[in-house]
Amino acid sequence: MPEKRHTSTQYERELQEIKESIIYIGALVEQAIQKSVKALVNRDSELARQVILDDDRIDNLDVEIENKCIRLLALRQPAAIDLRFIATAIKINAHLERIGDMAANIAEKAIILNQEPPLKPYVDLPRMAEISRQMIKESLDAFVNEDIELANKVRLDDEIVDNLNDQTFRELLTFMMEDHRNIHRAMILSQISKTIERISDHAKGTADMVVFMVTGKIVRHESVTP
Amino acid sequence: MVTSHLKAEVKSLNFYYGDYQALKGVTMPIADKEVTALIGPSGCGKTTLLRCFNRMHDLYPHNRYQGEIVLYPEGRNIISHEVDPIEVRLRISMVFQKPNPFPKSIYENVAYGLRVRGVDKKSFLAERVEKSLRGAALWDEAKDRLHKPAFDLSGGQQQRLCIARALATEPEIILFDEPTSALDPIATAKIEELIVELKKEVTILIVTHNMQQAARISDRTGFMMLGELIEFDQTAKMFTTPTIKLTEEYITGRFG
Repeated sequence: MPEKRHTSTQYERELQEIKESIIYIGALVEQAIQKSVKALVNRDSELARQVILDDDRIDNLDVEIENKCIRLLALRQPAAIDLRFIATAIKINAHLERIGDMAANIAEKAIILNQEPPLKPYVDLPRMAEISRQMIKESLDAFVNEDIELANKVRLDDEIVDNLNDQTFRELLTFMMEDHRNIHRAMILSQISKTIERISDHAKGTADMVVFMVTGKIVRHESVTP
Repeated sequence: MVTSHLKAEVKSLNFYYGDYQALKGVTMPIADKEVTALIGPSGCGKTTLLRCFNRMHDLYPHNRYQGEIVLYPEGRNIISHEVDPIEVRLRISMVFQKPNPFPKSIYENVAYGLRVRGVDKKSFLAERVEKSLRGAALWDEAKDRLHKPAFDLSGGQQQRLCIARALATEPEIILFDEPTSALDPIATAKIEELIVELKKEVTILIVTHNMQQAARISDRTGFMMLGELIEFDQTAKMFTTPTIKLTEEYITGRFG
C-alpha cells in the first residue's frame, strides 16, 4: 500500500486488521498441514484428530474475515489499491480456508491408514507437503510485502509439486500391481498426494492474487514467465 | 488511450488570474457524447478549467488564456480572441453548484435562452420548453404549474430546472460544476441518472468533489492537482488501477 496513511485512521486500522487476520489464518493453515502430515508419517491418530478439530477455528476465522471485508466494501467504498487489496483478501481467505479443509482431509485419511500396517516409508509425501507449506508461507510474505518476484516464485513452484504428485502416483501403481492387497492403502495414499497437489494449487492461487493486488492484472490462467 | 470521437480537445492550456497561474499546460481530450469528470482537491484548477470552456473568465479583466481549447467538428479554438464568447456560451452551457433559477416562472426560465436569441414564436417556445423539461426529467412534476415562480420548486427540482434551461438552446456540451453538492441523496441520484441519460444527446464535462459520483457516472476521469492534469484515463481504470501515485493517494483517501 502507498506509504502515506489514510486520513481516516479508523479506515487504516480496518485494513490493517484484515491483513493481520489473513496472516493469522495462514499460520493456522500452515500448522494444520504440518500436523496432518506428521500424523500420517508418525502414525499418530491422536494428532490427526486434533487437526480435524482445529479446522473449526479456521472456519470461524474464514467467516470473520469475509464479514470484515464485506463490511468494509459497504462502508468505505474502497478504490484503487484498497479495492484490489480487499478483493485479494477475500480470495486469499477462501484459498486458505480450502487448504484448511484439505489438511483435515489428510488427517482423516491418516486415521484410516493407521488401522493397517504401513505400505512403505513415506518420502515424497512429506516433501510435497513441505514445499506446499513453504509456498503458502511465501505467498503470504509476498502479500504482506507486495513482492511480485516472490509471488512469481511460488507460482513456478507449483510445477514441482505437480511433478512429485505424478511421480508418487506412478510409484503407488507399482505397489498396486505387485499385490492386490496393497490397492486400498495405495489408493488412499494417492488421494493424499492429490490433496497435497491441490494445496499447492491454492498456494499458487494466493500468489496469483498477490500479482493482481500489485499490478491490477489477473494472471491465474497465464503461464509464469520466470 | 482515447479511441472514440472527440468533441473537444484541450491543448497545452495555461490560465492566469493576473499573475497567478491557475492552469499549467493542461492537455486532455473530451470524448463526444460521453461524461468526462474532473476531480481533485480544492484549488487544483478543475473549476477554472471547466470555466474556460464557456469563456466565463472573460467577465473579469486581467484573466489570461494561453493554449487552445479546440471544439469539433469544425476544429476551432474557442478561447481565441476572434471567437465571440456569446456564441461559445450558446453551444456550451453550464449548470452551477447551487441551483440559480431566474426570478421568473418555470416556463420563462427555460424559454429565456431562446428569447434572448430573438425567438418569440409561441408554438416553437412551448414545444422547446416541454422538450427541455422532459429532457431534464422535470416535465411530470412541473407541467401543471409552468407559470408558477421557479422558486416554488424544491432544491433538486430547481437544479433540474437549471438543466432544462441549459438544454433549451440545444447545446453541444454541458458543463456541470458540482451540480449536486447542495442536494440531498435522492435529488442527487435523480441528477446523476439524468446526466447519464443526457449523454445520449450531448457531451458532458463535470467537476465533482464526490469521487464516488465521478466513479458512478463518468466514462473518463481527469485528476488535477495544483493546476496540472496529473492523470487522465477511463474511469474504471482510474478507480481500480491508476498508474500515478498521487492519483492513487487521492482516490484512496490518503491526503496531504
